[in-house]
Amino acid sequence: MGDLIWAAEPAQLLPARSQMAFTLMFHIILVPMGVALPAIMLIANYKGLRHGDSVALTLARRWSHAAGLTFAVGAVSGTVLSFEMGLLWPGLTRKYGDVFGLPFAIEGVAFFLEAILVAVYIYGWQRLRGWTHFWLGVPIPFVALVGAFSIISANAWMNTPEGFTVDSNGQLVDIDPIDAIFNKALPLEMAHFVLAAYMAAGFTVASIYVVGWLRGRRDRYHRLGILIPFTVAAIATPAQFAVGDSIARWLANNQPTKFAAMEVVTESGPDQPEILFGRYDEQTNTVSGGIRIPGLNSILTGGSRDTNVTGLDTVAPQDRPSNVDIVHWCFDIMVGIASLLVLLVAWFAIAYWRRRDVPRSKLFLWTASAAGALTYVAIEAGWIVTEVGRQPWIVYEVERTSDAVTQADGVWVSFTVVLVLYAVLAAGTVAVLRAMSRRWRRQDVADAAVPYGPRPAAPEPAEPGPR
Amino acid sequence: MTAADGTAVILVIAVTIYACTGLADYGAGLWDLLAGGRARGSRPRALIDTALTPIWEANHVWLVFLLVTCWTGFGLAFGSLMSTLFIPLSLAALGIVLRGANFALRKDAARAGARHLSGWLFGIGSLLTPFCLGAALGGVMTARVPSEGVGDQLTSWLNPTSIAVGLLALAMGAFLSASYLVLEAHRRDLVALRHYFRVRAGAAGAAGLVLGVAALVALRADEREMFDRVMDRSWPLVVVGVFGLAATFLLAGRGAARGTRITAAAGVAALVWTWGVAQYPYLLPFQLTIEDGAGAEVTQRWLLAWFVVALLVIGPALLLLYALDQRGALGEDDG
Repeated sequence: MGDLIWAAEPAQLLPARSQMAFTLMFHIILVPMGVALPAIMLIANYKGLRHGDSVALTLARRWSHAAGLTFAVGAVSGTVLSFEMGLLWPGLTRKYGDVFGLPFAIEGVAFFLEAILVAVYIYGWQRLRGWTHFWLGVPIPFVALVGAFSIISANAWMNTPEGFTVDSNGQLVDIDPIDAIFNKALPLEMAHFVLAAYMAAGFTVASIYVVGWLRGRRDRYHRLGILIPFTVAAIATPAQFAVGDSIARWLANNQPTKFAAMEVVTESGPDQPEILFGRYDEQTNTVSGGIRIPGLNSILTGGSRDTNVTGLDTVAPQDRPSNVDIVHWCFDIMVGIASLLVLLVAWFAIAYWRRRDVPRSKLFLWTASAAGALTYVAIEAGWIVTEVGRQPWIVYEVERTSDAVTQADGVWVSFTVVLVLYAVLAAGTVAVLRAMSRRWRRQDVADAAVPYGPRPAAPEPAEPGPR
Repeated sequence: MTAADGTAVILVIAVTIYACTGLADYGAGLWDLLAGGRARGSRPRALIDTALTPIWEANHVWLVFLLVTCWTGFGLAFGSLMSTLFIPLSLAALGIVLRGANFALRKDAARAGARHLSGWLFGIGSLLTPFCLGAALGGVMTARVPSEGVGDQLTSWLNPTSIAVGLLALAMGAFLSASYLVLEAHRRDLVALRHYFRVRAGAAGAAGLVLGVAALVALRADEREMFDRVMDRSWPLVVVGVFGLAATFLLAGRGAARGTRITAAAGVAALVWTWGVAQYPYLLPFQLTIEDGAGAEVTQRWLLAWFVVALLVIGPALLLLYALDQRGALGEDDG
């Protein structure tokens, strides 16, 4: 029977999964800018006020404008996601809405609050007093954390569903939404994501100024533009390495199928090799190609080669993740990038400790200029690992994704429209951010409107300063 | 009153607030679209832009709140709504992307051409979303959404009632925003613009009146039971709504800011509650009641508690925003 249902996969499943994946992967690009960029901007703001540093203030001010723009686009793409929960997965909201919906209501309020505070911060640069303005901005990163907490909580619940019991008729009883919020997967998943957000925002902002640095703009503005965000990311990176390691071991015990797919463990048992890349054949449950390091997977999972690791052979073929190769490759890519970033951060730490400056090496600078993009690749890969790795379940071992998908027609059409629209939206956002950056570069720092100055008597021209 | 009734009331309150604020934002998009060529339209557009900038994201969140409360409190009905009304609700989401993104982008777009295109897409999005949301509501009112399975994906929102309600939502938004913009112009002593938006508020109000009557006529032909419920139970609300909006028009013309906002909110609220009261106790007329469609009781109670927290948190934050704005502490930053 299970096989029959599996074979007759609903026609909407593929476009619905594609659309959800695409819109989530788009939205997740904007999230670090809402979660972590405000903190980085406030650090620069604090530095500027404390030491009367106008360069730091200029940076804080510009970062706040970039944060405002990405926040606005994120507001829009986030709204689309809340529509999609019902449009694409009515089976999920129908049955489990009252179990796991509450965190989304929390997120709604956190988002509302953040929108208001960001508006106050951005539009307060000219006329508020310095420290008043700063303190009005301080709640933003914390409110952002509440928002991230709620969304991650809902996702973690899909991995470790709690807060309900299924009775003999298949009905949900003993529903407890608070148990659902504080589920087992939440602490590590939350830590993992927040650190990733700080890394992504830090490395990305820094990499912009590294590019300028490489082009010879070696002034104090670029120096601070590198040092502040890079330091934030550098603190987050080793912590992330530790958290990531904990999650992998946690998964081996709590979501063994996902872990087996991540590490392509085919047959359960001790002495598992670590396989880098390679190709998985689902017909024979074997791996071909790739680099094998004997015993390493067992050692990483449990500290010795004798550690037993559950393999894909323990689950029926229809209960295995739909694409083991994607999960495994994404996991390897994420870990590979993380390792590279740890090296980069170590280099930065040593160089900064010795010279109190941006490292001189071209190799460092080239790698640092790519670090932002690399972090984003790692985030996307990690997201794929957790989502595709959970398949075929939308709620782990409780509800299948194919049972939750909509029966409505037209998902291919909506997916196509979303693809085109988001491509245009992405192009527009990038174009505007670049236009901002060009406008800023034309302004000599000294000529820019002074923050916290008196209200200008007459409207300023759109682009002050020399051309 | 059960906890589920309480959640239903929260939903209608969220619809009401969204109608008062979000709908007006869409209306502003319509006036932006109709403002004419670059030179001719620049002054009204500038006013629209200043009025919308600090508040549109916050207004917008009410829709998100509405969606998540609906699926948390009434997951069953939410699934049915989203399945049958897949097309209009997808189009509404499309409109939200178009308008939100383009509004955010156009301010900083470098070239005039890009800015123009952005403004145009912003206007299109502003038309699409309220119409589709109104049409979806029309589908619910005319009992076209079954509680099990998928209803007709086309006629559920392409029917006379839906079209009339969709257009009515547009007209209401246009009327509200024009009235608010009269006030903004008044506050800034822009006499010509004040007159400009007053004429438009009158036109939108007249159109809204005609469309409201049309919606009632269509509803009578489409779903007699719902029409009778409107006539039996909620006719006083219809009267309050019409008078409230008429008073809004008169007060806006005089520049009475506080009075205008109160009458506008009262008028819109009365019209939204016309629907809410007529439909009670059904979530999906006439198949699924609030009682039958409600999720777990404990979740409903948490939702109610959270709503109180939300009001306590958001209220002061909004007051802060408005207070700073009114004191002139917030301004466009060119940094």
